[in-house]
Amino acid sequence: MPVDDLSRFKQTYFDESAELLAVAEAGLLRLAPGGVDMDEVNAIFRAVHSIKGGGGAFGFGELVAFAHEFETVMDGVRNADIPVTTGLVDTLIRANDVLAQMLSYAADGTEAPAGTTDDTVAALRRFLGKADPAPGAAAPPPEPAALLPDDEDDEAGIFGDALAAIQAARDDRPAAALPGAIPDGKVRWTIVFRPKAELLLSGNEPTYMLRALRRLGEAEIVCHLDRLPSLRDLDAELLHLSWTVTLLADAGVDRARIDDVFEFVADDCDIRISAEAPPPAVIPPAEAVSANAAPANLPEPAAPTAAPAAPPAATTSSPSGPPPGGAKPKANGNGGDHAGPTTHTIRVDLDKIDRLVNMVGEMVITQAMIAEHLRDLPPGQFQELREGLEGLAQHTRELRESVMSIRAQPVSSVFSRMPRLVRECAAATGKEVMLVTSGETTEVDKTVVENLVDPLTHMIRNSIDHGLEGPDERERIGKPRAGTVHLSAAHRSGRIVIEVTDDGRGINRAKVLSKAIEKGLVQPGASLSDEEIDHLIFLPGFSTADQVSNLSGRGVGMDVVRRNISSLGGRIGVYSAPGEGSRFVLSLPLTLAVLDGMVISVGEERFVLPLTNIVESLRPKPADLHGLVNKCDVMMARGEYVRLVHLHRLFGIPRAIDDATRGLVVLVETEDGSRLGLVVDEVLGQQQVVIKSLEANFRRLDGVAAATILGDGRVALILDVAGLREMSRHSGTTTTAPTTTSALPALQDQADQRQRQPV
Amino acid sequence: MSSSTAIAPVGGSRSASSGDGRTDLQALNNAGNGTEEQYVTFTVGAEEYGVNILAVREIRGWTPESRLPNLPDYVRGVINLRGIIIPIFDLRARFGGGMTQVTKRHVVVVMQVGERTRGILVDAISDILAIGPDAIKPPPDVDSGLIDAEYLSGLYTADDRMVTLLNVDKLFAGEHVDHEATPRAALPEQT
Repeated sequence: MPVDDLSRFKQTYFDESAELLAVAEAGLLRLAPGGVDMDEVNAIFRAVHSIKGGGGAFGFGELVAFAHEFETVMDGVRNADIPVTTGLVDTLIRANDVLAQMLSYAADGTEAPAGTTDDTVAALRRFLGKADPAPGAAAPPPEPAALLPDDEDDEAGIFGDALAAIQAARDDRPAAALPGAIPDGKVRWTIVFRPKAELLLSGNEPTYMLRALRRLGEAEIVCHLDRLPSLRDLDAELLHLSWTVTLLADAGVDRARIDDVFEFVADDCDIRISAEAPPPAVIPPAEAVSANAAPANLPEPAAPTAAPAAPPAATTSSPSGPPPGGAKPKANGNGGDHAGPTTHTIRVDLDKIDRLVNMVGEMVITQAMIAEHLRDLPPGQFQELREGLEGLAQHTRELRESVMSIRAQPVSSVFSRMPRLVRECAAATGKEVMLVTSGETTEVDKTVVENLVDPLTHMIRNSIDHGLEGPDERERIGKPRAGTVHLSAAHRSGRIVIEVTDDGRGINRAKVLSKAIEKGLVQPGASLSDEEIDHLIFLPGFSTADQVSNLSGRGVGMDVVRRNISSLGGRIGVYSAPGEGSRFVLSLPLTLAVLDGMVISVGEERFVLPLTNIVESLRPKPADLHGLVNKCDVMMARGEYVRLVHLHRLFGIPRAIDDATRGLVVLVETEDGSRLGLVVDEVLGQQQVVIKSLEANFRRLDGVAAATILGDGRVALILDVAGLREMSRHSGTTTTAPTTTSALPALQDQADQRQRQPV
Repeated sequence: MSSSTAIAPVGGSRSASSGDGRTDLQALNNAGNGTEEQYVTFTVGAEEYGVNILAVREIRGWTPESRLPNLPDYVRGVINLRGIIIPIFDLRARFGGGMTQVTKRHVVVVMQVGERTRGILVDAISDILAIGPDAIKPPPDVDSGLIDAEYLSGLYTADDRMVTLLNVDKLFAGEHVDHEATPRAALPEQT
């Protein structure tokens, strides 16, 4: 067996083990004294067991030994020998972590340092000691009979492909296609079908009948050629063949249904049908014995390798996702479950999907290019071409949506990490916290999901540490002792909205304001609205915690959150009511690959503005424009003064329109709600653009979020409105002429600038 | 004079380390396959430069670039290379010769430098040379010339022409580090 094949299976094993660990952790976190959900316990047990089994197949001895200890305790829990206590749950969670460590050592191909597992094993054994007076590592845990088929099923489903292949590679002989044994619930029919030679003359077609038989179950068809004459004597009009069909069908298939198949030819052929049911069955051959015996040997690491020797159909029976919560043992020994359905999920390398996404992106660009050329054609002609392209545009859009949905993942993969965080934070702060989540199934692009972990972690910590009161204080003010943190996700108008709500004390505005003044973030005496004060917590270097705690209070939290979110093209807002709690609202795009944008031109350059930033575009009258000191122009728009930013000055673009009354002003809004008027030459139109990285081959640029490729194949930069605002802040204070070089020194004092800005 | 003394040790160590670097490259790319390496040479004005052929991904005609704001003039801009966006550097401007007035006959040499793909704008491709390590002379201490010694990996004489062999990594690495120091770029994107 080639080595790389094995390593491929190893990768699958590690991938799946990671999922299983997550399942186990989620289950463990839900495990609480009293009200133990046996399905949950079984799911944890199976997860650990599967990791152990797979590990055994690859020879990860230490991992298997540890998983065995873990599994033994879980088995005790499952049999109600070990009572569920908080201590037990903590130990089990720790064991899950250690198992994760062991897996990562195994994945790296390194030995775990000696003693990695010792403490945890000792802790685990203590629980065992209470239940079993003579615990021994080698003692196989008792296996309740009812669960056996389920275990086997689980393993076959999760590691089936890999293990079957390993097994196949280890055995030189090919796996028997159909074992001689008749699985429970099946009936083997033997049908001898000898049509008369004239059958074809009456217009009957024997292959139809054979196909019909095959639909009834697993059919093995043998064709008998013994009556076939030599070629010279062959009469093509006559039938010389006969067949023997061995049909393995469900018990529901009765004699009548087989007879039906031959209904129309019954007079023209000789049919013998006989049945074999399992109870008086033939003695099962060796393979079947090992397959059936595998569950009994479960504690031994080698056992899983034997399991896949079961009929190959079994290996494709269940999707490889986490076992369903119900996890009820299937109808006893009903092998029929394995025969029909195939897998509904496949595991695909992310690179392949990315390539696909890229390709579709290229297609969108090409399609936009064709559409652009088409506009140049004389109107009223090439009607069919136009209609064809219309259809193409439609299909391209649908294709893109389908491809994007492949990358979509439910946010539950992030949400499921939060209970643990809450548990830890609650323990560290001595507060009682209840986490409520909703909308976990909301789907969003994988990259968005991955980038949500950090911001959400920060926000939940923040809510627990700063937002919620201690249990005694809560009781005193008539709130339930345990505070509630509500985490929710929902789709709203093409974006995903995630909310973190707590029922704590709300933002202490007086304290926030005095802190901001003390830190020099706000001028003393400045009058700020409640909302503005609430948003001060997003400023860099702001923290209200009196003591720097372990959890938060380093003053990096919320501004990092805002930065992370806006780097994803998202917005964050906060709403707070004193004494009632605060609500943080994140709004993010569903995908990071495509963006609705407005193409604008400045000089000879074209740029794309994200549509989400645009409020409106207008051509100001001279009376609307007002000059301030240092040429910082402002414009009156809808009764509000808006600062004007000349894009060509900021970017040093030659041959652009400087006079806003001759060009256009695009009114844009940043995520914190502040407005800006961008002076551009022209607005060319709305277009969906594929976001391309500038950083992949170059680096980040100020005022530029990313790049894209327009219909003519040229690159256009996607503007970062917040970045433009920052840039314009100091180009407004510098009086030098806007040239390419003047912007560079200005960048250097940007950090100071940021410190000084009031929101 | 202080600048020349500062550069002298750099130049000295460069010639030594570039020799090492070359042997490493050979060990990697030319294992047991002779010692000569191929260089693509091209002209910028009257000068002829060479880069290791292993770094060159393709050579394409000039297509109009999109300018990038607020960058030194040797960063011409970006182009679309079959769906990926790559920056184009003007080699003439990089060496202080002013921006190239491009025509259709100008050429972009697309190179793979580490993980990054980048293009350099040159006047024309001139040759492909097989050069043995012994034939490469260490660069002299160029302290006030057009080229910083750091970007050179050596000099080679082909017939009666002198070919300056460029250290591609250094050529682009310098650009990268210069501007990475701006506050915005230095701020943590992820924490």
